Amino acid sequence: MAEIVLDHITKRFPDGSLAVNDFNLDIADGEFVILVGPSGCGKSTTLNMIAGLEDITSGELRIGGQVVNNKSPKDRDIAMVFQSYALYPHMSVRQNMGFALKLAKTPPNVINEKVEEAARILDLTPFLDRRPANLSGGQRQRVAMGRAIVRDPAAFLMDEPLSNLDAKLRVQTRTEVSRLQRRLGTTMVYVTHDQTEALTLGDRVAVMRTGVVQQAASPKELYDRPVNLFVAGFIGSPAMNFLSGTLEDGMLRTSLGDFRLSDRLRREVERSGTGRDVIVGLRPENFEDAALVSPDNRPHGITFRANIDVYESLGSDVFVYFTRELGRGVSSAELQELAADAGRADSGASGETIAARLDAATHIGEGQDAELWVDARAMHIFDPASGRNLSLVADDDGGAVPVQAVPERTDAGEPQAPAPDAAGSGGVQAVPGQAGPAGEAT
Amino acid sequence: MAAVTTPRQKVGWGSVNLLVIALALFPVLWLVSLSFKTPAAVLDPSFIPSAWTWSNYHGILTSSQFIRPLINSIGIGLIATVIAVLLASMAAYAVARLRFPGKSVLIGMALLIAIFPQIALVTPLFNIERYLGLFNTWPGLIIPYIAFGLPLGIYVLSAFFREIPWELEKAAKVDGATPFQAFIRVIAPLAAPGMVTTAILVFLACWNDFLFAISFTSTIASRTAPAAMEYFSGSSQFTVPTGPIAAAAVVITIPIIIFVLFFQRRIVAGLTSGAVKG
Repeated sequence: MAEIVLDHITKRFPDGSLAVNDFNLDIADGEFVILVGPSGCGKSTTLNMIAGLEDITSGELRIGGQVVNNKSPKDRDIAMVFQSYALYPHMSVRQNMGFALKLAKTPPNVINEKVEEAARILDLTPFLDRRPANLSGGQRQRVAMGRAIVRDPAAFLMDEPLSNLDAKLRVQTRTEVSRLQRRLGTTMVYVTHDQTEALTLGDRVAVMRTGVVQQAASPKELYDRPVNLFVAGFIGSPAMNFLSGTLEDGMLRTSLGDFRLSDRLRREVERSGTGRDVIVGLRPENFEDAALVSPDNRPHGITFRANIDVYESLGSDVFVYFTRELGRGVSSAELQELAADAGRADSGASGETIAARLDAATHIGEGQDAELWVDARAMHIFDPASGRNLSLVADDDGGAVPVQAVPERTDAGEPQAPAPDAAGSGGVQAVPGQAGPAGEAT
Repeated sequence: MAAVTTPRQKVGWGSVNLLVIALALFPVLWLVSLSFKTPAAVLDPSFIPSAWTWSNYHGILTSSQFIRPLINSIGIGLIATVIAVLLASMAAYAVARLRFPGKSVLIGMALLIAIFPQIALVTPLFNIERYLGLFNTWPGLIIPYIAFGLPLGIYVLSAFFREIPWELEKAAKVDGATPFQAFIRVIAPLAAPGMVTTAILVFLACWNDFLFAISFTSTIASRTAPAAMEYFSGSSQFTVPTGPIAAAAVVITIPIIIFVLFFQRRIVAGLTSGAVKG
């Protein structure tokens, strides 16, 4: 049991490439922290540095209060589960699990006891004398976990431990990992590129991009209050929709319609010196079939018409996709990277597909010209240059509405949302409520 | 190899195999036949000896002129093999896993040595060995055998090491192993099939060597079996010792057959256990 502190950790490879840049994170004792990001973002390198398999170029790594920068892996008291499991093929399951204890010169009867206990926890008892070759993928994965548990280490490090399992087993094992961590109460650092794993497992999730931590916060915080474009686009599935917007006379003009900005948000946008072009982010669930929106809610959003290209029903929900002109100003490096990571190379196209999640009761169908409603309260506004989320500051005023619908587009009169300034003291420029430091996007 | 499906294909493959085996075995069988012939019958062209005799075997196996070189062959071959495989496995591990300056030069030099014509080195080595007092000693043969066995060993073993997932070594390190323990307890057992293969190849090279054996020895104190056969004498100055040479050739072939048959099983067993990827 120990806390792990990464203090300005930087990794530069001999060829000069910067893999991890100024990584700061305090991982509390017993905390379950996830490092997530697209491939090549430095998350595995960070994990290897914690394990001692990679040298740290600069910065300080402390485990349980001790600086371990120059300690070899065997002196760090950490256990690691690898993506390929890395089971020793020439040893039985029992020997695999007991290997670390054997190296530590633990008496054989103690080894046996611990191995059998771990095997019981993981349902591996019948397989103890088998070789890894004779196990299924899920069993191998459990042996790899068992090898880590047996040692009772200060911390577990997991490097994409589930990515070699098939989809069904992955979900099942994910639950097991979560239960196991709660049961053992051991600090765990878990690397994944799968945001679903990250959101479901972690106490805290650190989103990384090109070696820099973008945001480290609870899953809910990441989802509701992403600090920048990258986090907003990376977290959530289907991803957040991004549109270009233009500020004009206190109004935000987008291809969906015009929104009226609250004074506070408008000031924030003006202060950021972005100019008039911004990027607007709306999650699929912020959309609804206009016919299904209650009159109470209508004023909080705007309605618009869209020609539905694709209709997908999942039973509980309906996803519809429609296309909107992207307009100018949405070509952000972060968005392009997100698109590339998702396998879409067409981010520079003139039209952008927008995904909307609707209630299953909707009667909208494919090819229809439907009337949709979008909730303006959940809108995020990003600075296209820095990627910073400008709506966060205003959003911090105790649930005040950052954006109000333009009155003439709704049937209610003047929206009666409380003035956003009411609770704010103004001048708050830093992003509050953030557990970890957010790197500046380039 | 294509899977055998129809009976016709089976027969076809079978007869081709038989033909190849017959071609390969014919000289060996002729040698065996020759070794059982009496000196008078050596020139008899019939394959089956008209009169069988054990005298050729009896002669060489009771003569120190053959027994001592046989012991030399076994001793020198085993020592050279063990040392060469040990050194080659460490070098191959470094070549496969580590990045160090001069790595490509090292690989190039190893290749250079492997393709160097041995005959060109006999004279300088002869002089060096006489100067160092290694001439006509076991080390006098062991050292050049290791030198020529190493490049081969490094090549074969580095291919095997490259096949072993690196994560196994990382796992061992995290499990608390020193780099040496990781090598001995995890990497080396997995590379065992490669080591056996290398050992067989190096041992065969030592066992079959004639050039160095004849050049760097002068008495039966260190002369190996193939060289010793050169010094067999007939019953008179004008008699060619065909029978004893044939018998000796059969005798030195037997250990090789046993060696290969014994290790072949090990190779197969080793390959299947090594094929398991973590």
